[in-house]
Amino acid sequence: MTMAESTAATESSHEVHHHKEPDFWSKYVFSTDHKMIGMQYMFTGIVMALIGGYMAYVFRMQLAYPGEHVPGFGTVTPLAYNSLITNHGAIMIFWVAMPILIAALGNFLIPLMIGCDDMVFPRINRLSYQIFLISVIVLISSFFVPGGGFGGAWTAYPPLSAQSQYNLTPFGAPLWLLAVALEFVAFLLGGINFITTTMNARAKGMKMYDIPIMVWMIVIASLLFMASVGPLIAGAVMLLFDQTLGTTFYNPENGGDPVLWQHLFWFFGHPEVYVVLLPAMGAVAEVICVFSRKKLFAYKTILYTTFATGILSFFVWAHHQFIAGIDPRMAHVFTVTTVIISIPIAEMLFCYIATLFGGSIELRTPMLFALAFLAEFLIGGVTGIYLGSSGMDIYFHDTYFVLAHFHYTFFPIAIIGFFTSIYYWFPKMFGRMMNETWGKIHFWGTIIPFNCIFLPLFVLGMAGQHRRIYNFKNFPDLATPDLHNLRIFATWSAVVMLVFQIPFMINFMVSIFRGKKAGKNPWKANTLEWTAPSPPPHGNFKELPVVYRPPYEYSVPGREKDYWPQNEPN
Amino acid sequence: MAFTAPLATARSATDIPTGRLATWWVVVSEIVIFGGLVVCYIMFRLHHTDWAEHASHTSTTAGAFNTFVLLTSSLFIVLAHQAASARDLKKAFRYIWFTIGGGCIFLVVKSIEWTNEISHGYTLFTNNFWSFYYVTTGLHGLHVIAGMVIMAIISIGVKKGEHLPRVEYIGIYWHFVDIVWLFLFPLFYIAK
Amino acid sequence: MSQEHAHPNYIKIWAILTFLLFVSIVGPMAGIQAVTLITAFGIAVVKAAMVGAYFMHLNIEKRYVWYMLFTALIFLGLFFFGTSPDVLKAEGTNWVNPSPEQAHAETDGGGSHH
Repeated sequence: MTMAESTAATESSHEVHHHKEPDFWSKYVFSTDHKMIGMQYMFTGIVMALIGGYMAYVFRMQLAYPGEHVPGFGTVTPLAYNSLITNHGAIMIFWVAMPILIAALGNFLIPLMIGCDDMVFPRINRLSYQIFLISVIVLISSFFVPGGGFGGAWTAYPPLSAQSQYNLTPFGAPLWLLAVALEFVAFLLGGINFITTTMNARAKGMKMYDIPIMVWMIVIASLLFMASVGPLIAGAVMLLFDQTLGTTFYNPENGGDPVLWQHLFWFFGHPEVYVVLLPAMGAVAEVICVFSRKKLFAYKTILYTTFATGILSFFVWAHHQFIAGIDPRMAHVFTVTTVIISIPIAEMLFCYIATLFGGSIELRTPMLFALAFLAEFLIGGVTGIYLGSSGMDIYFHDTYFVLAHFHYTFFPIAIIGFFTSIYYWFPKMFGRMMNETWGKIHFWGTIIPFNCIFLPLFVLGMAGQHRRIYNFKNFPDLATPDLHNLRIFATWSAVVMLVFQIPFMINFMVSIFRGKKAGKNPWKANTLEWTAPSPPPHGNFKELPVVYRPPYEYSVPGREKDYWPQNEPN
Repeated sequence: MAFTAPLATARSATDIPTGRLATWWVVVSEIVIFGGLVVCYIMFRLHHTDWAEHASHTSTTAGAFNTFVLLTSSLFIVLAHQAASARDLKKAFRYIWFTIGGGCIFLVVKSIEWTNEISHGYTLFTNNFWSFYYVTTGLHGLHVIAGMVIMAIISIGVKKGEHLPRVEYIGIYWHFVDIVWLFLFPLFYIAK
Repeated sequence: MSQEHAHPNYIKIWAILTFLLFVSIVGPMAGIQAVTLITAFGIAVVKAAMVGAYFMHLNIEKRYVWYMLFTALIFLGLFFFGTSPDVLKAEGTNWVNPSPEQAHAETDGGGSHH
C-alpha cells in the first residue's frame, strides 16, 4: 500500500519532460517509445504482407495457367512452387498476423488504453522488435540461398522438413526454422511486457472490469501464446538438430517419432489461431460500440467466454491430425472438444450482434470492416464444424475445402481485423483522418473479391481437389474445364483484390501528410487513448488520467452527450 | 545512452513489484520450454524400455555432486537477497560471486562428464537417449551460463547500491534453473 | 522497492535439501523399482517444492503466482496425455512400430551397444 501511495504522489507531481528533439536514429530506429515500436511492427508487417500477397499472386497464376510465364516472376518451377506456398503460409501467420495484431496494436494501444506513459520495460520492448527484425532478415535471406527458401509446407512435418533429400532445400529449411524460433523469442519478450504492463501499470482507479476489451484480448492472447509456444520451441530445437546435425528425434528408422512433431506443432498451432483471433475480436468490439453508440453487450460474459475459449483451445489440437494415424480413441475426444469450442466463439459473436441491436449505427469505414469481420468469420467458423468431425475430415483433409475454411478464418482475422483497427486508430496514430470515400472503395474492393476467391475453392475442395498439387493438368479428374474455370476465376479475383489495395496504400500515405486534422477524439469514444493528443507525444498524456467508470458508457440516459469518457469525473 | 524509466515501471496495481512479476512470467515461459522437452523425453523413455541400459552409462556421482553444487549456490543467492534487503552491500556482493562460483563448478563438472562420455563413444548421435541427454542438459547449461552473466552484471550495481531488488529477481530465476536440474537429475542419472 | 519480509533460516532448509538429495541417491541401491521411483521423483518434487516455497518465497508470494506456475504445468500434463497415446503406441490394426532396438535385437540376437 505504501508503495502504491508513494507512486501516486510522484505521479501527481509529475510534469511532462521537455526533452530536446532526438535525432533521426534514436527517434525512429532505436526508439524505446511504445508508439514508435508499434509503428515499426506495423510497417514491417505491411511490407511482409505485400511479400506474402505477391507470393499468393504467383502461385495462383501457376494454378490457373500451369507452366506458363507469370508476369513479374517468370516460370514457376515445382521447387519454387513449394517454396512459395510454404513461405506464403508462414509469412502471413508469423510475420503479418502476429506482428500487426499482437505486437503493433498491443504496443501502440496498451499503454494508451490503460492510461500510462509507456510499457513497463521499454528497452525489452525495443529488443523484442530488434529480434523480430532479425527474424525477418533471416527469413528473407533464406529465399536467396542455394536451393531457395524452405519448401516443406508451413507446418514443417518431418520427415519432409527434417531431411533435405526430401524437401530439396538444404539451407532454406534450417534458416526458416531459425527465423521462426527468433520470431517466437521476440513475441515472448513482447508478451511478458504486455501482460506485466496491464497487470501492474493501469491508471489509478482502473479496476479489472474497467479495462477495455481490446486490452484484455491482447493480454489473453499473449498468455495463450506463452503457454503454448514452449513445447514447440523445444521441438524446433530438436528439428533443427535433425536438419543440420543429423540427430534422429523425428526419424522412425532410429526410434524417433514424426507424429510427435505434429503434436508439438499443433499444440502451439491451434492456440495460435486464437492468439491472432482475439486481438481482432477486441478491435471489432471497440469499433462496434463506438459506431453503434451502445454499451458493449455483456462485457463480463465476453470476458469469461474469452477465457473459456483460451482454455478450450488447448484441448483441440489433434483435430489437425485425424488422418495422421493417431489413436482413434483420441480422435473421438478431439472431435468433441472441437465442436465444444464453437460454443464460446458463437456466444461472443451473439454478444456483438446484440450490441448492434437497436444502436444508432453509423457505417463509417472501420464499422464496415468490423461488420464484415463478423459475417466472414462466421462462414469460417461454420465450415470448421464440418472439418472438426473426424469422420468428415477423412474426406476433406488436405483439400481446398480446408484451405478455404482457414482462409475464411485467417483473412477476417489478419486482413479485415487489421483494416478495422487501422481505419479506426489511424487518427490517433498520425493525428489525421483517412479519406472516407476511398476507404469505402477499398472496403468493397477487398470484401467482394475475397469471397470470389474462396467460395469457389470450397466447391473445388468438395470436388476432391487436393491442396498441395503443383499442376492439376496431371490429374485428369481435376483438370475438367468446369473445375478449371473456377480456378481461373479465383485467381483473377485474387488479382483484383490485390489491385484494390493500391487505393488503400495511397489513401494511407496521403492521409499521413495531407489528411484532415483529427483532433483528440474524432469518433467521440470513451476509452483513454482518445483523451491523449493525436498523435500522442512521448509520455502520452499531459496529465496521467484517472479512471472513474467502465469503458463502454455510451448513450447513458439523462446525459447530454451520448458518450462518457472513462476519465471524466462525472 | 540516457534512458529514464517511464512512470509505468514504478506502478504496481497488483502489489507485486513489476520486475518480480515479469520474472515470474519468464519462469512460466521457461517451464513450458523445458517442460516440453522433458515431456517428449519421458514419452520416448516409456516407449523405449531399453533406454535404461543407456542411462546406466551416465555418472550418478557427477550428477549428484552437481545437484549439491546447485542447491548450495541457490542457498548463496538467497543469502545474497537477504543481505541486499538488509542493505549489507559487501555481503550481498560476496554471496553473488559465491553463486557464480557455484555455477562455474557446475559447468566444469559438466564438461568433464561430457568429455568422459564422448570419449567412451556416447555422442549426440549414438541414439535418441543420448540426443535427449545432450540437448536437455545443454539447454540447462546455457541457462546456467546466462544466469551467471546476468549475476555478474547485477553485482556491479549491488556494489554501488543500485537496483538492489534485482538480486531477488535473479535469485528467482536461479532457483528455477536449480529446480529444473532437480528433475533432470532423476530423469537422466538415477532412473536406470 | 523491495518489500521487506521475514527471512527463514535458509541454512536449515539447505541442510534438509542436502539430506533429501542423499536419500534420493541411496534409494536406488535398494534395487526395488517402486522405491526408486518414489525416492527419485517423489523427492525431486519435495525438493522442488521446498526450493520454490522458501528460496523463491512462494510461501509469502501472492497466491496467483502459484496459479500461474501450476497452469503451465497443467498444460504440460495435458500435452502429455494427448500425445502419449500416439508416441507410446507400438502397433495398430495394420502396422507395427517397434522401437528400433527391439527390432535390432530380433534380427541379430541383441547386438551390444559399443
